[in-house]
Amino acid sequence: MTRYIIRRILQAIPLLFIISVLLFVLMINTGDPLATMGGRKATRPEDRARLARQLGLDQPIYKQYIYWLIGNDWALIDMDGDGILETPGSRLGVLRGDFGNSLISRGKAVIEIIWDRLPNTLILMIPAEIIVIIVSLIVGIYSALRQYSLIDHTVTALSFIGYSMPIFFVALVSMYIFGVNFKRWGLPYLPTVGMFDPKMGKTTVQIIWHMILPIFSMTVITAAGYSRFVRSQMLEVISEDYIRTARSKGLPQRLVISRHALKNAALPLVTIVGLDVPLLLAGAVVTETIFAWPGMGRLFIDHLSRSDTPVVMGILMMISVAVVFSQLITDIIYAWLDPRIRYT
Amino acid sequence: MAALAEADVIRLQEELKAKPLTPGQLIKLRFLRHKMAVLGAIMLLVLILYAFGGALVYSEAEANFTDTKIRLNPPSAEHPFGTDTVGRDILARTIYGGQISLLIGLSAVVVEVIVGVLIGAIAGYYGGWIDGLLMRFTEAMFNIPQLFLLLVMAKFFGGKIPTITFLNREFSGSVIVIIVIIGITSWMYLARIVRANFLSLKEREFVLAAHTTGTSNLSIIFNHILPNSIAPIIVSGTLSVANAIISEAYISFLGLGVQPPTATWGNMLEGAYNYIETAPWLWISPGILIVLTVLSINFVGDGLRDALDPHAIVEAK
Repeated sequence: MTRYIIRRILQAIPLLFIISVLLFVLMINTGDPLATMGGRKATRPEDRARLARQLGLDQPIYKQYIYWLIGNDWALIDMDGDGILETPGSRLGVLRGDFGNSLISRGKAVIEIIWDRLPNTLILMIPAEIIVIIVSLIVGIYSALRQYSLIDHTVTALSFIGYSMPIFFVALVSMYIFGVNFKRWGLPYLPTVGMFDPKMGKTTVQIIWHMILPIFSMTVITAAGYSRFVRSQMLEVISEDYIRTARSKGLPQRLVISRHALKNAALPLVTIVGLDVPLLLAGAVVTETIFAWPGMGRLFIDHLSRSDTPVVMGILMMISVAVVFSQLITDIIYAWLDPRIRYT
Repeated sequence: MAALAEADVIRLQEELKAKPLTPGQLIKLRFLRHKMAVLGAIMLLVLILYAFGGALVYSEAEANFTDTKIRLNPPSAEHPFGTDTVGRDILARTIYGGQISLLIGLSAVVVEVIVGVLIGAIAGYYGGWIDGLLMRFTEAMFNIPQLFLLLVMAKFFGGKIPTITFLNREFSGSVIVIIVIIGITSWMYLARIVRANFLSLKEREFVLAAHTTGTSNLSIIFNHILPNSIAPIIVSGTLSVANAIISEAYISFLGLGVQPPTATWGNMLEGAYNYIETAPWLWISPGILIVLTVLSINFVGDGLRDALDPHAIVEAK
């Protein structure tokens, strides 16, 4: 098992390298980060040249990539534009944990910028994922046990519809019903924008109150797909021989389901959840934009639209690492839960 | 068997005499059995009629005509779906937006299928280091969440392609950009399916026979193996159309997609959440159209999956 994990991690290195080169080349060419720098005043050409030089944007792409990856404290760079390399660089590079400084947020460290926003995204995603797993297990198993009943048909139809919905539509509809119309009807309505009411301050109650709609939207979409999956898994499992054996032993239905069937039906869900981490993050971009939630997704959009390569690369690499590791962890958990699987 | 009544024997004999169904007929029969798939196909036809037939009622100039005096007007007799933030008629825009959205969905899938089939076929057929290299690349692409990659690429290509005129209509360069980037960020799943199919099919006798008769590799790939793995490609391609339409909607919704005045269902929704209280008609009609389209395509895809499965049994009645 240890050897398997080590091998997987070693395999991840070239993978992350390819990803980083691909994204870096794309990002460097997305636009001019200096364009939005001067604020309302147009930057003078000589200022632009100086800025580009100081930020290292005048260097060829491969050099910019190397500096980004392993830093430039071992090299001399030309700061004053006289063609002589005199100042030693100060960047440490991604491999040593330095993601550089933002090009547009007054040189703030990328790590710091991301660190400010990451918890906001996590407090949305983690509860959403937990609710999704619980709901889809209950719904999926229930409708599998009552296959072809009215409830099963309703659930199947609804989950197919939910599965086909883009998240923004669910978000807009739920905002319209629970935010706008509830307010109109004089019912207690849910807030649709931001993380807390500025007048009330950033209290726990406020944050939870503002979390309801974004989490609801994410849950509807994801739970629909998951419960379809759980249902088909459960149907497969309850037709197995060992379930018939358990029943013929005279075990009550409740025990057969909870002790024998549930474990095997829920296992593949682990894989799906593990593989869906990127999907969840992508959903967060749209959800956070609609609900004006100050998380990573909005951070990404804001900095991408202004071509802030260090921040965008920082977010993308963090997500890629998260994806690679969530797959690895999924495989490990799966092997641990299912003793039939052996990795060598 | 002794209990087989005489009537049954006659019936069986009649059945054996009847011509067996061709694979095509079987597929049609199985598809028609799938009620939701048929409903989906009908719904899709209606939507296509709406987007293309509607063009006979409204001209594109009307769809792009701005009149700030009537901005954000609620639905009325003159503007059944209301007007948007610059006073354009939403009904006309959903018609022309629908054309672009459907066009993007279909064309992006064409790009996706070409890339996915080529990479999957080459990797599966040749194997060895080519397979290793291509699959590493596929895996790398898989590991970047699609939406993030799409957004980076949309920004990368944004504004670099000029407006083109095609069939007397102007297409914003961003339409082409969106088609290409959706295509090149979604082929990975298809490539894996095709590769798996090729891996197993290339060991079969008919491929060996083709080799011995001196058939070229290219001909074996495209004339012998590919036709045998067409079913999963069709199913995956159909479902991809729905995904492509959603992807377009996401990018346009976030403001990096197709640029106005060219309408798409996606970019009609851009910024609509700012008017959630004052002008819900901004997003209701394009939103419902997207949902209906995606839903019906998914139904059709589901039906095709069952219909094209050669192991599925249909009793001919």
